[in-house]
Amino acid sequence: METIRGRVWKFGDDVNTDVIAPGKYLKLPNDEMAKHVFEGIDPELPEKIKPGDIVVGGANFGSGSSRESAPAAIKYAGVSAVVAVFFARIFFRNAINLGLPVLECPESDKIQQGDELEIDLVNGTIRNLTRGEVYQASRLPEHIQELIKVGGLVPHLEQELEDR
Amino acid sequence: MGLTITEKIMARASGRETVRPGELVWVNVDMAMMQDSGGPRRIANHLEHLNASVWNPDNITIVSDHFVPPSNETEARIQAITRAWVKKYGIKKFHEFEGICHIVPIEKGYVRPGILMVGGDSHSCTGGAMGAMVVALGSTDMLGVVVTGKTWLRVPETIKIVWEGKLPPGTYAKDMVLANLKQLGTAGATYKVLEFTGDTVRNLPLDERIILTNMSIEMGAKTGIIEPDETVLKYMEEKKVEFNPVYSDPDAEYSRILVCEAEELEPLVACPHSPDNVAAAASLSGVSVDQAYIGGCTGGKYHDLATAAGILKGQKVAAGTRLLVAPASQKVLQRALADGVLETLLNAGATLLPPACGPCGGLSMGVLSDGERCISSTNRNFRGRMGSSDSEVYLGSAATVAASSVTGRITDPREFIRS
Repeated sequence: METIRGRVWKFGDDVNTDVIAPGKYLKLPNDEMAKHVFEGIDPELPEKIKPGDIVVGGANFGSGSSRESAPAAIKYAGVSAVVAVFFARIFFRNAINLGLPVLECPESDKIQQGDELEIDLVNGTIRNLTRGEVYQASRLPEHIQELIKVGGLVPHLEQELEDR
Repeated sequence: MGLTITEKIMARASGRETVRPGELVWVNVDMAMMQDSGGPRRIANHLEHLNASVWNPDNITIVSDHFVPPSNETEARIQAITRAWVKKYGIKKFHEFEGICHIVPIEKGYVRPGILMVGGDSHSCTGGAMGAMVVALGSTDMLGVVVTGKTWLRVPETIKIVWEGKLPPGTYAKDMVLANLKQLGTAGATYKVLEFTGDTVRNLPLDERIILTNMSIEMGAKTGIIEPDETVLKYMEEKKVEFNPVYSDPDAEYSRILVCEAEELEPLVACPHSPDNVAAAASLSGVSVDQAYIGGCTGGKYHDLATAAGILKGQKVAAGTRLLVAPASQKVLQRALADGVLETLLNAGATLLPPACGPCGGLSMGVLSDGERCISSTNRNFRGRMGSSDSEVYLGSAATVAASSVTGRITDPREFIRS
């Protein structure tokens, strides 16, 4: 899973947690919340987003609430990675803790709806196969990559406890 | 080079002499707060699966406020899970039906000047008004804290916001923070701390200061903080707890300093669908409102209710508009009941909601239908925040909300203030 390939769902700046995971569904468990992911932007999006797809946003992706349901809904919907110019800090931490790859790339704006991307998670290279372009995302530290690879903080803790 | 209040708290919590912005440090957490939506229900299974226990039940507080009172069986079950969890792990600082998770811990004296606290809710930054560093984390991060009492944090740069001068009549802390939002935008303080200072801030009562720190997250900040002065120290005296206040050094380094003049302030409103989409209340007088809401951790404190009562005395809520009021805590409700503030609100036609989060996040009673418009004293107006994706939320001070409820359209509260 160090290389990811998928089709792009493109969003703008300031995509907030309330439109990713609307408050009215917070009572639901995360796998059910996933059936409503991005519903606040377009009620048809949960149907359209398919496993393996890649979400690309602009600046300040995931602003607002600390609800982990937001990155969880994206993950449970099968999205393989989120790329943005930069992320709101709580969303960024939450995504890593859940094992959802998040990449900060200043050139995210060049990526368009429906583009096919190939992402190398180890060195942060993003290949736009549709446009024949290559972008460089900031490289995640190795221990964070490791955490994402095992599926997040809980599996990581489990592994650590087993190793003792 | 000196240190900011935030850097001093982080240095102490990480067992170091000093810290510098950009460093990643492990900190010992002094207090951890979780609420019902992102709390025990999200971590209970993991905790059992890991066969782990909690690091220190006395340093954990649980406040149920999002699904209070529960309006269906799913929400009732969440409350039951929360109750069983605190019992199982011996957590005594448990509060349900007592108010909002950012207000009750302040009232109880859990948020002490100088401590490093984490909270499982984005508005945890509220507690910064006490001179504490309070950082918001998600559920899995909170699981780590609950088990180990530690977490890692990046030492943030600090933006100093200096407010100078006297607030003109009809303007409040809400107008100050909306002015800052207009200037900085919703990502202007991302990964940074906002330190509010200046004589305007020092002259604000605690209830008003809370609005500044509470809405720091709306600018993307890691947290907001205010040095603990006499107002805070006097408030803490009654709590009978020990604490060590810290202050920024005169030669502390700031990434940016904003100086704001209070005299120039006018009543402001954030328009849909972003808290930085700010305009003068007076410029929006053509905008009708179906609902007016006074409540939440930002706008349901005693000062907010009393300010609203000052506007609503002898007035009636407009036909076709409804005014909902949710006190931020039982304590706020009791005080408003005792001194006639509540009576004034009810006589004007307000509907009283339980002391909890209410419709602020679209979770509980008072949500909006398609095409409806609400003016609210709360902190967020994202699309669909208070209900339908096709509804609109405007944010203003409790005074602006109260004035708007009387006219049925967005109204500059100065129209109602007798000088």
